[in-house]
Amino acid sequence: MKRFVYELSESWKIAVAQMRSNMTRSTLTALGVIIGIVAVTLMGTAIGGIQVGFDKSMAIFGDDVLYVGQWPWRKVDDWWNYRDRKKIKTEYAAGLNHMIAMTPNSNLTIAIPTSSVYRSVKYTDSEVNNVLVRGTVSDYIITSTFDFKEGRFFNELESRSGANVCVIGYDVADALFSSASPIDKSVLINGQPFKVIGVISRQGSFLGLFSLDSIVVMPLPAFQKYFTAKSKADILVKAKDKTKLTDAKDELTGLMRRVRGLPPEKKDDFSINEQQALKSTLDPIKNSIAIAGLFITGLSLFVGAIGIMNITFVSVKERTKEIGTRKALGARRGTILLQFLIESTALCLLGGFIGLAFAYFMCLGIDKAFPSFPIHFSFGLVLASMIVSVMTGLISGFAPAWTASRLDPVTALRYE
Amino acid sequence: MNKLNSDLTRPRGPVVIDIENITKDYVMGEEIVRALRGVSLQIHHNEYIAIMGPSGSGKSTLMNMFGCLDTPTSGRYEFNGKNVAAMDDDELAAIRNREIGFVFQTFNLLPRSTSLRNVELPLIYAGMDPEAREERATQALVDVGLGDRIHHKPNELSGGQRQRVAIARALVNNPSIILADEPTGNLDSKTGEEIMALLEDLYSRGNTIILVTHERDIAVHARRTVHLRDGIIESDEVGVMPAMESMAAS
Repeated sequence: MKRFVYELSESWKIAVAQMRSNMTRSTLTALGVIIGIVAVTLMGTAIGGIQVGFDKSMAIFGDDVLYVGQWPWRKVDDWWNYRDRKKIKTEYAAGLNHMIAMTPNSNLTIAIPTSSVYRSVKYTDSEVNNVLVRGTVSDYIITSTFDFKEGRFFNELESRSGANVCVIGYDVADALFSSASPIDKSVLINGQPFKVIGVISRQGSFLGLFSLDSIVVMPLPAFQKYFTAKSKADILVKAKDKTKLTDAKDELTGLMRRVRGLPPEKKDDFSINEQQALKSTLDPIKNSIAIAGLFITGLSLFVGAIGIMNITFVSVKERTKEIGTRKALGARRGTILLQFLIESTALCLLGGFIGLAFAYFMCLGIDKAFPSFPIHFSFGLVLASMIVSVMTGLISGFAPAWTASRLDPVTALRYE
Repeated sequence: MNKLNSDLTRPRGPVVIDIENITKDYVMGEEIVRALRGVSLQIHHNEYIAIMGPSGSGKSTLMNMFGCLDTPTSGRYEFNGKNVAAMDDDELAAIRNREIGFVFQTFNLLPRSTSLRNVELPLIYAGMDPEAREERATQALVDVGLGDRIHHKPNELSGGQRQRVAIARALVNNPSIILADEPTGNLDSKTGEEIMALLEDLYSRGNTIILVTHERDIAVHARRTVHLRDGIIESDEVGVMPAMESMAAS
């Protein structure tokens, strides 16, 4: 064991000396690994970025909230079967809440009606188009994950009376008021004034596709007074225990069938959606992007590995006599194998370090230049790329090192 | 003890190398080359023996056998009572590390390492602690008269100094035999004589020395001379060769 440690440290010294004395050659060979590691690491940060963005987007939906709607959150081949379903009505929420209250040990806590439409929002000369205008009740805050930058959500009284108040998203506030406070100002939606009572803090965008900050939330009665046309209703139902979401979903299905008055032989004419279902449709897409990306960038690392293998073969060849001498002095096969494995690994590790540093600064640069580009540099990635470097060194160095360890000492000593 | 003639009468030490009827065949394409055709020899502790012979006589092959770099095709080979013929590569490496000190014609030093690091090498393979290693290696270099060249690299040393480093390296593990293959072959005659004087000194301090050479002037330093021809022992003479007498007298 002790001998192994000494031989290991000896091998490291030789490897470093060897790299120093063959500067040009080592640099060029390491360059292959550097490029490979940069490519793989950048791909890794991009995948990490997608993952982080994905999780963030998913969190907005809440992992204990069920969404009752007309359409399922997945791709459907028979869209015509869904198109003609009866619309979901906000009134269902009251019925659901009544039934939840009547059910002992219900898995559900509360049903929240929402109704949404896209409209323009104006304040003096400024205007924002395509804002999601949503009418709901004061309990909506229970199912949501957002915080307030300033102000508050509307209370139960405002909710019931349908006061002309609203809560606006970060982007809306930013576009209409820039630095001024929007609180107590009135914005115009469909020509109707609504007093701003709260600003939601920044939520980001869903998978970078659409902003979650371009939103206005108001009491449902007020919404229904002005925006009934083309509005789309959803019922949000919060489950009691997120680990029993399946039970909650079954219970909700039963309740919805009663609300809709469906006889047993009829199929459900509504869809109950959840974050998890969305995740399971998007996960395979995300994973195949990751696999394809890593495979393609992995090829460049493979080319680097071939370079390392080649240079190690050359090194073994030109140091044949040295190998013979070392064997004569008592180096075993394992000693020689270790020595050349360490040499190729040292080269790969060097390349890995430099590559990682490059990748890190490139990430910083990309982050500065395009802040919205999903990139995520993590410690796990550093560790992974170091492991990949070492593995590359071991794998590419093995064949030449094996050849060296098997050399016949007599032949090796005679080699000129 | 230093008197040459007293060597002949003093009692012989235990047997270090014991070979009996060994042969070595090499396959060269279609042809089988019989490098050794049945050689038997015993070498005792603290002998100074020269192996001589023209090229192709099997001299190098026999040296490889002694050095445990190669194993015989047939025959018996015991090193300190251990059967070498049956050993695998790693066992042979251990024997080479602990029992044999090699001195090569071309010195075979690691070019980018200092004298100290070169001499330390066998100790590293033996698994010795770094502190003990450095101490032993330094002492070995002092013993061969290179106490002031410890941190020099081979290209900063003269040929004779390089061979001294190689001898220090051969000695550092206290081997049973020192195997010198044409140790003066790459040196001028004056430096060669210095190296031979060093070997003589080592012999007088109780080391066993096997000298492989084709030069009679070098072989005369040994106390026993074995002549090989065509893979068999032609002669095995104990005693100082004639040229030696005049030198010893001077």
